[in-house]
Amino acid sequence: MNNPRRSQLNLMEVCGTHTMAIARHGLKSLFSKNVNMLSGPGCPVCVTPAGMIDAAIEASRIPRAIVTTFGDMLRVPGSHSSLEKERSNGADIRIVYSAHDALDIAAANKSKEIIFLGVGFETTAPTVAATVISARERKIKNFSVLSMFKTIPNALKTVLAVKGRRIDGFLLPGHVSAIIGEKPYRFLARQYGVPGVISGFEPADILESEKMLLGMINGKEPRIINQYTRAVKPEGNVIAQETISEVFESADSEWRGIGRIRKSGLVFRKKYRAFDAQKRFGIKVLHPKENVNCICGKILTGLENPESCKLFGKACTPQNPVGPCMVSSEGSCAAHYKYGKMVFKHRR
Amino acid sequence: MKNDKILLSHGSGGRLTHELVETLFKKYFSNPILNTLDDSAELRLGYPGGPRLAFTTDSFVVNPIFFPGGDIGRLSVCGTVNDLAMKGAVPRWIAIAAIIEEGFELATLKKVVLSISKAAREAGVAVVTGDTKVVEKGKADRLFLTTSGLGIIEEGVNVSGKNARAGDEIIINGTIGDHGISVIAARNDFKFSSGLKSDCAPLNNLVKKMLAASKSINVLRDPTRGGLATTLNEIASSSGIGIIIEEKLIPLKNEVRAACGLLGFDPLYVANEGKLVAFAPGASAGKILKTMKSDKLGRTSAIIGKAVSSPKGVWLKTLSGTLRPLMMLEGEQLPRIC
Repeated sequence: MNNPRRSQLNLMEVCGTHTMAIARHGLKSLFSKNVNMLSGPGCPVCVTPAGMIDAAIEASRIPRAIVTTFGDMLRVPGSHSSLEKERSNGADIRIVYSAHDALDIAAANKSKEIIFLGVGFETTAPTVAATVISARERKIKNFSVLSMFKTIPNALKTVLAVKGRRIDGFLLPGHVSAIIGEKPYRFLARQYGVPGVISGFEPADILESEKMLLGMINGKEPRIINQYTRAVKPEGNVIAQETISEVFESADSEWRGIGRIRKSGLVFRKKYRAFDAQKRFGIKVLHPKENVNCICGKILTGLENPESCKLFGKACTPQNPVGPCMVSSEGSCAAHYKYGKMVFKHRR
Repeated sequence: MKNDKILLSHGSGGRLTHELVETLFKKYFSNPILNTLDDSAELRLGYPGGPRLAFTTDSFVVNPIFFPGGDIGRLSVCGTVNDLAMKGAVPRWIAIAAIIEEGFELATLKKVVLSISKAAREAGVAVVTGDTKVVEKGKADRLFLTTSGLGIIEEGVNVSGKNARAGDEIIINGTIGDHGISVIAARNDFKFSSGLKSDCAPLNNLVKKMLAASKSINVLRDPTRGGLATTLNEIASSSGIGIIIEEKLIPLKNEVRAACGLLGFDPLYVANEGKLVAFAPGASAGKILKTMKSDKLGRTSAIIGKAVSSPKGVWLKTLSGTLRPLMMLEGEQLPRIC
C-alpha cells in the first residue's frame, strides 16, 4: 500500500493484542512506507504500577491467603520482588484463567482468603464484576478482588497531550470497543481532529483499518469508523457496561511510567466494599521509584521505541525484565524482543 | 533481579531450561558424549565390531495423571522409547523408578502399571528393572516416574541434532499441539470440552520404516516440552544452519487452533508426545514422506520447510506472506504437561 501524498505519519495502535498481532504476522512490512506504527498504553500488565505489584505481594503474605492471578502478572517486577519469586519462596499464588475460577477456589477452601488480582481494561472488568455479584449472591465471604482495572478513553487524551510527537490516527482496541462501543472515542475526531478506526485482530482487519485511517487522513475527514462490526455494536455491550457500573465506579488512576490520569481507573462502589481486598485487608499502595533507565513510560506513549532503551536486550530481557513492557506477553518490548526488528517480506 | 532459586520456568523446556543445562549440568559433567545433547546419548562399546547403543533417561511429573489419550504410565514408556528412536536406535530395554506419595490409591497405581505394561508391549520393549520409593504426604504430587532406556543403533544410521545440512527438507508426521492442549483441558482449568486426545504414542516402528526407506536421515527430534519452535531452534543452533518453515504447511487441528486462540497460546510452543521432525536431503525426502503417510502415526505427515545456510536462526513465513523470526520459548507457557 503506497501513500505518497503525506510525509511520515504516526499511527498509534493502542491495544497490546494489536501490538502482538502486527508482530506475529509481520504486518509492518505490508504497511504503507510512510507509516510509522507506534504502540500505545493498552497493555494492562505494562501499566500496572510497581506499587500495585508490591501490594499484590503484600496480599500473598496475609495469613491463609491464596492469591489468584492471570499468568502474565507472575513475572512483573515490583520494587523488590515479583509474584513468581514469592511463589518460589512458598507463597500460595495460583494462575487462573478467569475470576470465576478464583471464586470456585474460594468456595472449595472456606478456611482460606482468596484474593483475585483484577488487572485489565473494560474487556476484563465485566466478567470480574459479574463474579463479584455472584460471590455476593452465593454468600461467599472469603473472596475479594484487588482492583487494578483501568479504562482507555482518558488515557488517549493523555497520549495526545504528550509533547514531542504528533499522532495522526489511532487503531482502536477491538475488544475494549466491543464493551464500550463507538461513542467514547468521538472526542478524538471532534475535539482533536484525529481519526480512529476500531479494528479487529486478523491480518486482514488490521490492513483494512490502516487503509481506512489513511483515507481519512488524506481526505482530512477525521471520524471514528468501526471496522470490527462483527464484534462491536455502536452502543457496545450495554449489559456489560451495566455490570461494571453496578460494582465499580470511575476514579483517578496511576499508570506505570505515565503518571496519574483522571477518571481512568475502576474502584469498588460502597455496596461491594466487602469484596475490595485493599479495604478489607488494609493493603497500602505506595509509589516506589522506577529504575531511572527504564523508559517504559515513553514507550507506552509512543515517544520512544524499545530499541532506544539502554536496557533493552541487555539488562532487560524476557527472563530478567526490568520494566513491565518486557514481561507482559502483550508488551511492546516483549514483542520487539520476540519478533525482532528484522521482519522483512519474503522475496520469491 | 537475578535468580538464586529454581523457578517453574526452568522446567519449561525453553531458554531458562537450556541455560540451566549449559551453565550447571553440562558444565560440570562435560564429556564428548553428553555435550552433543541429543535426545539420547550414543555409546560405543570399546571392542572392535561392538554395537552402538543409545541410552536415555527422563522424568514424568504430568498433572493430571490421567488425561484424554493417555496417562503418566503410557507417557513414560513412549517418552523414553521416542528419545531412543530419535537417535535412530531400536529401543529394547527400559527401567522404571517410581516415587509415590503416601496415601496414593493402590487401585490407581495398578491402572498406571497396567498402562505401562500395555505401552511396553506396543513398543516392543521390556521393563527389565525398576525401583520404588514412598515419600510422606505432601512431598510429591501423587506419583513421579523416572524412566531410563537402552536401544541399539544399526550400522549406517547417523542421526544427530548437529547433522542438519542446508537444503534438507523438514518433515513432520502430523498435527502439532494436541498433547499440551489435551492436558490443559483435562486439568479442569477450562470449562470447555473438546474431542481432543493426547497424541502420546511410541514412534519407533514409524522410524524403523523411515530408515528402511532411506538411511539418509540427518536429524530426528521429537518436539516435546517447548514445542516445535524450541526444537527447531535447538537443531539450528547445534547444526549451525538456518531454518525457514511455512505457517500454511504446518498441520494443525481446528480444535487446537481454537483452544490456543482462546487461551493466548501459540501452538508452535505447545508440547507433543507422538510427533517427530525429520531433516532429510531433498533427494530422499519424497520417499520418506510417502513411507510416513502409509503408517497410522503419519497419515497427515507434511513437509513444512527447509534448512538454509542463511539467514541463521529459525524463521516463519506467515500466512500473510511475511517472514518473521521464530524464537526459542522464553518462560513457562503451560503447567506441567510431561
